[in-house]
Order: sequence, then structure tokens, then C-alpha cells
Amino acid sequence: MKYIEEFRDAAMAIALARTIGHEIEPGRTYRLMEFCGGHTHAIYRYGLPRLLPEAIKMLHGPGCPVCVLPIARVDQAIELARLPKVILCSYGDTLRVPGSDRRTLLQAKADGADVRMVYSIDHAVTLASQQPERAVIFFAIGFETTTPPTALAILRAQTLCLKNFFVFCNHLLTPAALDALLADSPNQGSWIDGFIGPAHVSTVIGTAAYRQIALRYQKPIVIAGFEPLDLLQAILMLVRQLNNRRCAVENQYHRVVQDSGNRLALDYMAQVFCQRDTFEWRGLGKIADSALAIRPEFADFDAERRFPLPERPSREHPGCACPAVLRGQLDPANCKLFAVTCTPANPLGACMVSAEGACAAVYAYGRQPIRVPL
Amino acid sequence: MKIPQAFPVTHPMRIELVHGAGGRASAQLIDQVFLRAFDNPLLQQKNDQARFDVASKRLVMTTDAHVVSPLFFPGGDIGSLAVHGTLNDIAMAGAEPLYLAVSFILEEGLLLSDLKRIVASMARASMAAGVPIVTGDTKVVERGKADGVFITTSAIGTVPEGVNLSANQARPGDQILLSGSIGDHGVAILSARDSLGFSSPTRSDSAALHGLVKQMVSQVPTIRCMRDPTRGGLATALNEICQQSGVGMLIDEQAVTIGPAVQSACELLGLDPYYLANEGKLIAICPAPEADRLLIHMRAHPLGQGATRIGVVTADPQAMVELQTAFGGIRLLDWLNGDPLPRIC
Repeated sequence: MKYIEEFRDAAMAIALARTIGHEIEPGRTYRLMEFCGGHTHAIYRYGLPRLLPEAIKMLHGPGCPVCVLPIARVDQAIELARLPKVILCSYGDTLRVPGSDRRTLLQAKADGADVRMVYSIDHAVTLASQQPERAVIFFAIGFETTTPPTALAILRAQTLCLKNFFVFCNHLLTPAALDALLADSPNQGSWIDGFIGPAHVSTVIGTAAYRQIALRYQKPIVIAGFEPLDLLQAILMLVRQLNNRRCAVENQYHRVVQDSGNRLALDYMAQVFCQRDTFEWRGLGKIADSALAIRPEFADFDAERRFPLPERPSREHPGCACPAVLRGQLDPANCKLFAVTCTPANPLGACMVSAEGACAAVYAYGRQPIRVPL
Repeated sequence: MKIPQAFPVTHPMRIELVHGAGGRASAQLIDQVFLRAFDNPLLQQKNDQARFDVASKRLVMTTDAHVVSPLFFPGGDIGSLAVHGTLNDIAMAGAEPLYLAVSFILEEGLLLSDLKRIVASMARASMAAGVPIVTGDTKVVERGKADGVFITTSAIGTVPEGVNLSANQARPGDQILLSGSIGDHGVAILSARDSLGFSSPTRSDSAALHGLVKQMVSQVPTIRCMRDPTRGGLATALNEICQQSGVGMLIDEQAVTIGPAVQSACELLGLDPYYLANEGKLIAICPAPEADRLLIHMRAHPLGQGATRIGVVTADPQAMVELQTAFGGIRLLDWLNGDPLPRIC
């Protein structure tokens, strides 16, 4: 078992797609939202829309951490990077997210700021211990997947008595966003029939975390892995739930995700982080209880306290339709900026910024008229 | 009498600024490191240039700057890479390389043992390729102003009669052949970087391709064009050819070989093997009736054993490369946007 090819078996994929085709009720449309950008990317990378019956309409959700990072926070990170004696570290694709005036951390680096890409936050802690005369700031972003490592890094910095390691915390909470997405309309979630739940996030928070949402909004949720067979099986599970008028949380990704999640990771998160009253999501606006801040006990490691930065307004391109795209209410290709002035090389809106954004995925894999196969 | 020594004998010898100052130390470095390793009659003349006669009237010339971190990686180092990279640029014209020229920019503090190791590796690569390094130059810059060593290699070569390869010659209906697996060099380099904390059995595919090319053009001189998919990977090289020729391509994902270790590394890091560098692979485009014969001759060469037919050139004014997935879906294989950076989650 290599856990790759087995979940990309073409014959099985075609068989699954056929089963889905048999089980759909005539005349009915199934509007299914994959919350997570990783799923959006996989759906296009493997060409699944072409495989699925027309009655299945995939909607792309807001679960791309790079996309929903507000411009103001990127601007603040760039300001931090430009402070004297600061080394600003972050994960790969955060570095090319444009802030105001399309400035990125990569450009700040070219201007002379010490910006470094790390593969693990642990490297940033090590860097801080090696260079006590420099302030190492980690620009932390991501959902519950990347949060436990940040918690561990702060605990390790505390153990090492580091005085020069700081975290600029932008961690987000998935269930809160899902709730806000559905609550934030007069006709709650009327355009969505069911959800494909996140894979990696659920390994941390488990499946129980989604139960309230499924109940409150009467939407079935199936947690799915990132491979094409995972996705197809999850779609089949959703179709069956919808046909049977059920709205349960089901776990397709049980080879990795446990109902109770990862207890240890959750404990570390709770030890180091507390909820923010509100946080701005790019494209979605302010969402209550949707993000994490560093607890006062760990204030010494909090970049926002150590290097106070003025709040900034985020100004978006007036023609950008990202708020509707992120909610699954508008197909990326129907935004009038899409592939015209907004491209991956020159992104104007949130959904084009990261490869996992809905617009970037459609641009990269799907903007061509389909040809006859080989 | 005891000879006084500036450093204890155990102290590692390093490159100093004086090695680039043009005086005695420079001459010693050239004699003891470069001339000794690259030894050949043209170089031994110690002129500022190499003089030679060529029989052919059609020459090709190329130059390539090499910077790589780390300097040594599984399957090669910056030295062998600098020789192979430049020879491959010559070979992609269907040409036979004749001579190499090399210039080094050394960073003050570079270990002399590292330099010797790199130079020995270049000498081995040049010897194996049968292409001597006939002229060169060295400069030393202050510590912090370079990354150990930068190497620029140039080469000239001759183009056989009747061979006329150019990336603007692909025509709809032509077949696209690839000489082997993709992504090996990119993953080997990544796994050699300390910061990644992961190891991989993957070795760089760095190799000189002119032997394979000679066999290909002598058997099928009507090949339209060749390109080695280096930086930017297979996706970028295919897009370049499409743009230059004003055509599209349809690539069969299942025909493109990706080794299991490369695939695993890419899954782990969130990278796409289609955008990772290769240093010993080539793409060849030929008229459809010649494809089978060309494939046989490619596979008969050790560097083309894994050759496959990966797709077909299509008529497409938008010059886009499309990929047919294993499930029969078709998607775009776009240009690389920015650097291939690892995903967050």
C-alpha cells in the first residue's frame, strides 16, 4: 500500500462516477460545496468535472488559507519584515501574496528585508536560537492544520527561554467560517445542498466539530481525503444522504480522520491560543469567533504585542467578485476580471492568489474548450 | 630547516582574495587546480584564448551560468552540472559539441578541497563527453558576495549536414517523444537541502545528451526540434515550443514517467513534477511517420532507455498545452507561475 496510486485508480474512478450517475434522481441537481482549497485543486487537477454527471454541480468554498488572508495583514507582515534586525519567516506560498499596491514579501526581500521561506516553523525557532541578536518573527497562517505546529513552536521557544522568537498569528477556525458562510444570507445556505468537509483540518478537529452545523442548517457533510477516489466516494455518499433526506456528518477519510480528532494537537492549541472576538477574512469580511490569538500567558512571543502595528484598512479591487466566488455563489469564469486583468501572475482578488484558490484552479486547469481525447 | 607555516597543517585551506588578484597566487591556483585537472594541449598553451581549426561551416555556440545550492547533491555537483548543461544546449540543435570554455566566480572562504572536488568532477564530465575545456578564467569576490562558487560554461559545436532543428518548426500532427522520467533532478536538489529535513533515494539525472542526440539525428534527420526540460520542467519546455511554433499540444499523462520517489516527494511537499527541473532528459518532436523508428533508436541508447511517446502537436492559435488525465479528463498544463513554492497545507 503506497497510499497514492491506489486512490487514483482510473477504472475504479470511472466505476464510481457511473454509480453516482445511476443513483442521482432524475431532474434533480446536487449542488455540493468542497470547503477546502486542496479539494478544489484536486477536482480540477484530475479532471473530475468531466467525469461527473451534469446533475452534480461542484461549488468551491473559502477554505484556502492564503486566499482569505486580508491585505492589511500582508501589509503588516511586510512592515514587520522591514524593521531593523528582524528576520521574517513563513511558509512557501505566503511569500507571494500581494498586499496593498501589489507588494509582496518576496519583493520586500528583494528590497533588502530579511525574509526567509521555511518548510517547518521549527526551523524558525532554531534560527532564533542560533541568532540571539536578531528578532525572528514567524508569519503564521492557516486553518487548524498548521495551528498545532505553531503552538508547539511557541512552547519550544519557551522551554529554550528564547527572547527573540515571535509569532504573528493569523490562524483561522474552519467550523466558524462554515457557520458564517451559511448564516450570512437571508435564505440560509439555499444555494448549497451539501458539503465535502476538509481532509487535513479534520485530522485535527475530528468530525464531531461539524455536527452542529449539519443539524442547524440541515446540510449533509462528508469528510473526504484529497485523492480523486476519495472525492468521488464522498460525492456518492452525499448523493445517497440527499436522496434519503438525511443530513449527517459522515467520514469518508476514516483511514486518517478520527471522530474525536487529534487530542494531543487540540490540547496544545488550547494551551497556547484563545479565540479572537472577530477577525477579517479576505472576501468574506468580519467573522465572529473565527480566528485565534496567542494567550496572554505567552504574550512575550506575540509579535502583535511586541511590535504594535497600526490597524490598516484593506482595499479590494472594486470589480472583484471574490466575495461571491468564495461563497460558491458565482462561478470563477463568470467574474468579469477572470483571465482578463486577474491572472495567477497578476492576481487582483483573493481566489486567484494561491494555487488552491477557486479562480486559480479554474485558470490553471480548466479555462480551455474541451477537445476530443487522444 | 623547519618551514614556517601560516596556519597549522590541520587548518583547512580556503580561497582568498589574493587567488583572484592576478599575481603568483592566481598562477599557482590555475596551475595546480585547473590545468592539472583539465589538462589538454590547447589549455597548456596558457594563452588568453584557444585557437583551433574547424571543418564544418555550420557552428552553434551557447553559454550557460550555473548557480546551485547545495554545491554537491546526489548524482552530481555544480561542476558536472556546468559541463552537462552547456553540452546539452549545444546538443539540442542536433549539433556535436567541440570545445568548452569555463569561468569561475569564487567566493572568498570557499574550501580549496571543495573547489578541487568540483574541478575534478568537471574534468571527469568533460573527459567522458569527449569535449575538452580549452580556455577559462577565474575571479574571486569577497565573502558574502557569492554563494561558494558560480560557474559559467560556454561551448561551440558543429551541426551535421541536413540537420536543421528549431523550436519554431513543430507542426500539427507531429509526435512528441520524451527520453525518460521527469522531476529527478529537482527532487535530488530539494532533498540535499538541509532545511528540508527529508531524504530521498532520488539522484539527479544530470548527463550529457549529445551521444543520444547524435544517434537520433543520424537515424532520423527530419526531427523538427529538441529541447531539454531544465528549469521550469517539462510543462515550461512544452509551452515554449508551442509558443515558438504557434501550435498546441495534447499530452497523455499516463505516458509521462514519474518515479515513485519523485512522486512521493512531490505529494509531501505540494510540488508538481511537471514543473521540476531535469538535467539529463530531452523532448523531441518529429513528423508522425518517423515516431516509431525514432523511439526505437532512443531506447537503444542508455540515456534514452525510458523514452516514451507522450503526445501529439495540435492546431491551436492560443498555443496551449493540454493534459489528458488518467481518467480521460482534459486539463490545461500551464506555464509555471512564479517559483514552484511548497503549499501550506
